[in-house]
Amino acid sequence: MRTRRTWLLLISLATLLLGWQTVIWLVDLPSFILPAPISVARRFWLIVQDGSLARHLGTTVTEVLLGLALGLFSATLLGYLLAKSPTVERLLSPYIVASQAVPMVAVAPLLVIWLGPGMLSKVLIAALIVFFPVLVNTVVGMRAVPEELRALMRSLQATRWQTLRLLEIPAALPVFFGGLRVGATLAVIGAVVGEFVGADRGLGFLINLGRGLYDTALVFVSVFVLIGLALALYGIVVALEARLLAWQQRPDP
Amino acid sequence: MSSLANSAVLSVDRLSVSFTDANGVLHALEDVSFAVQPRQFVSVLGPSGCGKSTLLRILGGLLSPTKGAVTFRGQPLIRPRREIGFVFQNANLMPWRSVFANIALPLELQGLPAEEIAARVDELIDLVGLHGFEDWLPRDLSGGMAQRVAIARALAHDPEVLLLDEPFGALDALTREQMEAELLRIWRLRRKTVIMVTHAIPEAVYLSDRVIVLSPRPGRICLDTPISLPRPRQQALQYTPEFGELALRLRAAIG
Ligand SMILES: Nc1ncnc2c1ncn2[C@@H]1O[C@H](COP(=O)(O)OP(=O)(O)OP(=O)(O)O)[C@@H](O)[C@H]1O
Ligand SMILES: [Mg+2]
Repeated sequence: MRTRRTWLLLISLATLLLGWQTVIWLVDLPSFILPAPISVARRFWLIVQDGSLARHLGTTVTEVLLGLALGLFSATLLGYLLAKSPTVERLLSPYIVASQAVPMVAVAPLLVIWLGPGMLSKVLIAALIVFFPVLVNTVVGMRAVPEELRALMRSLQATRWQTLRLLEIPAALPVFFGGLRVGATLAVIGAVVGEFVGADRGLGFLINLGRGLYDTALVFVSVFVLIGLALALYGIVVALEARLLAWQQRPDP
Repeated sequence: MSSLANSAVLSVDRLSVSFTDANGVLHALEDVSFAVQPRQFVSVLGPSGCGKSTLLRILGGLLSPTKGAVTFRGQPLIRPRREIGFVFQNANLMPWRSVFANIALPLELQGLPAEEIAARVDELIDLVGLHGFEDWLPRDLSGGMAQRVAIARALAHDPEVLLLDEPFGALDALTREQMEAELLRIWRLRRKTVIMVTHAIPEAVYLSDRVIVLSPRPGRICLDTPISLPRPRQQALQYTPEFGELALRLRAAIG
């Protein structure tokens, strides 16, 4: 089953590359419009060798991870409070809903103006984009804790902390992971948007640079690396989920 | 008050419960009084919606009455106590915990050391006959097995009183008979006071020392009768005339 999926993936990738190359052969496009796969590969190898890819990728990964961590932390904390206290919910939910009407992409320049072109502004943009889906899923997850299990914990005189650790967190985890999966990919978008607006390093900066120099192969390389980064993050979340939520998955029929 | 009331484990006095919501006030229980003696097996019988679960939640300290008083060993019962174990209407297991870990939960909450927990859980697993299923997850258990886990869990911290809310309501007839025998055995072995809610008349007669019948909503006690059939009881008892007579009387009381 697994090997078959791997084969299908390899075949579809090969087809894609072949199609791309065919277009190059058939239509005589200048390379700044559509570079050949081989020149993209060569460009890739070049920035691997001179170490610049590692530097830019490192920056973006740091921003993404910090942003994700910050967004996760604040969203789960606030989500817990919202789910626990109707007063907090009534107080804050109008603002939270309204905040969703604000396009983060449009706010990004403001954050860069206020916080400078350094890493902080990107971390914050990533955190803001991650925040909402994680918040919603935390609240929904907490609400999904069965009332009967809450009564069980009360009848066993569990403390608040024990109830959180032994009931609420494990019960909310499946829904929470839904938010985390979306959040992990959104964090990449957030960091790159921040880099577009103003930065002197990172994959978003590299894309900007390539565009300015008509080095389209560099743009392609950066985009592919970004796709790889997002997929890797997603894969880590899914693997973590499979591990922590093994009780939920039935063995494959 | 009589000496019977003084020696009681649990007693309720002029208990009334009403729920207020958008549709107005709903009277679930009205003027219910009774006292349960140590090691008594009491069944509470009544039609659906008459307030049986509500009564049990009050006896478990999970809900406070609108009017009246509940006492445990003479003290007002205002919150759940370790001396009272609760078995819920559905097995109510944590799906992410194994059979072992589900039974261990009350002991874990008490903060006992791991070796002691393991020893006590092993004993309970033997008691309810789940040897070899320690690592199974609830999703893989049959209804009867899940209910055994729930009973073992309720017994884990060795409570004096066991409250059971229709523990066998969702089981097929044969499993049900088996579980009834099991419960009787555990009750004899562990010498617990048991209060069990059911809406099966034969089950109430077969298991109990005493049956309390509640009327349709608002639930009031319309019959409170001893069942003096000799013990130990066998399933065959159900086909004797005495049994049939008692069952008929209870049926008539429900209306
Ligand atoms: N928290 C609540 N809020 C409002 N009404 C409630 C609440 N709990 C119970 N009720 C109502 O009180 C009545 C008695 O409920 P209860 O669950 O005690 O009945 P029951 O005898 O256990 O029924 P069943 O045999 O179906 O389990 C029902 O009409 C129910 O709708
Ligand atoms: Mg009920």
